[in-house]
Amino acid sequence: MAVTRFSLLGCGMALTWLMQSHAAVLPQERADAMYHSYSGGGVSIDGPSILLRKQIGNSVSVSANYYVDTISGASIDVLATASPYAEKRTEHTVGLDYVRNKTLMNVSYTSSDENDFNATTYSLGVSQDFFGDLTTLSLGYSKGSDEVGKRGDESFSEQAERHNYRLGLTQVISKNFIVGLSLENIADQGYLNNPYRAVRFLEPESERGFRYETEAYPNTRTSNAAALTANYYLPYRASIYAEARLFSDTWGIEADTYKVGYIHTFGDDWIVELRARHYSQSKADFYQDLYQRSEEFNFRARDKEMSTFSNLSLGFSVSYELRFSASAWLKKSSINLDFDHVAFDYQDFRNVLADAPVGDEPFYAFSANITRLYLSVFY
Amino acid sequence: MQLRTFPCKSVGRMLLFAALALLNIACASIEPWVQPYERDNLADPIMATNRNPVATSYTHHAYQAREGARGAEGGAGGGCGCN
Amino acid sequence: MQYFSTLKQARSLITLMLSLSLLCITGVHAADKSSAVMAADFTLASKAHGNLRLQEQIGSVVLINFWASWCGPCRQELPLLEEIQQQYADLGFTIFAINVDKDSSKADVLLNDIPVSFPVLFDPDSKVSELYQVKAMPTTVIVDRDGKVRFAHLGYKNGDTDKYQHIIKTLLRE
Repeated sequence: MAVTRFSLLGCGMALTWLMQSHAAVLPQERADAMYHSYSGGGVSIDGPSILLRKQIGNSVSVSANYYVDTISGASIDVLATASPYAEKRTEHTVGLDYVRNKTLMNVSYTSSDENDFNATTYSLGVSQDFFGDLTTLSLGYSKGSDEVGKRGDESFSEQAERHNYRLGLTQVISKNFIVGLSLENIADQGYLNNPYRAVRFLEPESERGFRYETEAYPNTRTSNAAALTANYYLPYRASIYAEARLFSDTWGIEADTYKVGYIHTFGDDWIVELRARHYSQSKADFYQDLYQRSEEFNFRARDKEMSTFSNLSLGFSVSYELRFSASAWLKKSSINLDFDHVAFDYQDFRNVLADAPVGDEPFYAFSANITRLYLSVFY
Repeated sequence: MQLRTFPCKSVGRMLLFAALALLNIACASIEPWVQPYERDNLADPIMATNRNPVATSYTHHAYQAREGARGAEGGAGGGCGCN
Repeated sequence: MQYFSTLKQARSLITLMLSLSLLCITGVHAADKSSAVMAADFTLASKAHGNLRLQEQIGSVVLINFWASWCGPCRQELPLLEEIQQQYADLGFTIFAINVDKDSSKADVLLNDIPVSFPVLFDPDSKVSELYQVKAMPTTVIVDRDGKVRFAHLGYKNGDTDKYQHIIKTLLRE
């Protein structure tokens, strides 16, 4: 058996790292119970999300999350082609975190189920602190598999697979300033469209002047996203943050996201946040609101997520913290309300429900309210 | 313990190993410009990128389900730097 | 490309590297008396004991602990340090818990819930933290009866206070 130069290199690096052995910390122990709600565009989705996290010994932390989406009403895509429906999606996640010196490792498993779609995801992550804990490098990998079904069509069964690769770097710049860089590459393959979405094409003889047919997407997609974040602590107990994210993929979608926020505290107990977020994207290469004829191109999409649009969100959060004795079992609890109002504006997706000549319908726009009400306890 | 003599072409690789090991040791000795006892502001929960993970992951999901872009949403590191 | 011709040689090198690394990370034994250095002297204001000077403690074993209100592991360690103080106080031992919060009143956030009998000293300008080159939060330094540093430990994990007790017992017997 030979000892290669790389294992020697590995031993050498491990030795120098061991010499400066003090450690990173596990995520804080907590339990959260949240009610979430999305309401807008004809759709109402709400439900609970429960998280439990417990530390075991010095090095291990386990967590479990139970999440439900109860969907009622119908979005414009559904209203255009079908009728309102009610549906439920349940998601379970279990995770394990392990800390050893300056390295934090985590694994997790997520399973999402609804009557016509099941997805499972396995994730791995590792993060390492360097330079006196001023720099943290993290790497992550996830593998997801989807099983796509279709209500009303027992024989319909498709698969999709997804691989995510993440790289993160956070750097403490000063006592009050921390910046982060995040990169993620996602590669999907398989059946990547929504079986309920349809494209429309001109057909003058038909009742409405157009007809529908199912979408046809490429069976691979690779995307890259890069985000830069900054958090700055102000001279009084408050902070500001900003984030910019750039995205592009092999379907031709280019998107950018900008976020800013201000967090203010009142005394020891109240935390208030104000934020704004702007998102804009350009359409997928194969997106068109109206095609000239059936199967005009090999790939066709009319899902509004693939169109050219932008959205603006304005939101606030309010938290009230209750601190108990530091030596009691329950150390702190907080009650929180997060609210965002988001307005979507489409630039090449038309509202077919409007009474207008085919191809001249007004562009669609809608707004929605996203609410999160939750109680957190720390032990 | 006896090591075999190395032929010339592996000198490059040896130098790479030596450079990496030196960098590792040198990096270990860069003095942090924010000392561990100066991290009180960074440790404040209002500076955490992910103060409420349940709410944050739901928010990311709500946007991602309606937007074409995905990825690079997480944040890590910073904070207390304890232990 | 092979460096070693036998498995035995590979094993010896790995054992050597592992034992070197173990030497670096274990600290459960007090440093040798002859090679120990004098603990740097300092005077700081304390919560209830007036100004305290380290050199005036010569003759007692002193456990210096650097802690802050915002440091999670420090919060866990404090009640356990009180237990140690109760156990060894009559044998010539004291703890100097140096609080490094910029705003010293933050120390009361913990002290109101965890009453301690040992002196809590305040180092808001980080002068003593710099003097002792504190590299992690918390940091514990144990000084013997002659004022020499015999043990240093970075961070806190469950079970660390057992290590401190072992060292304190050894130093008290000297």
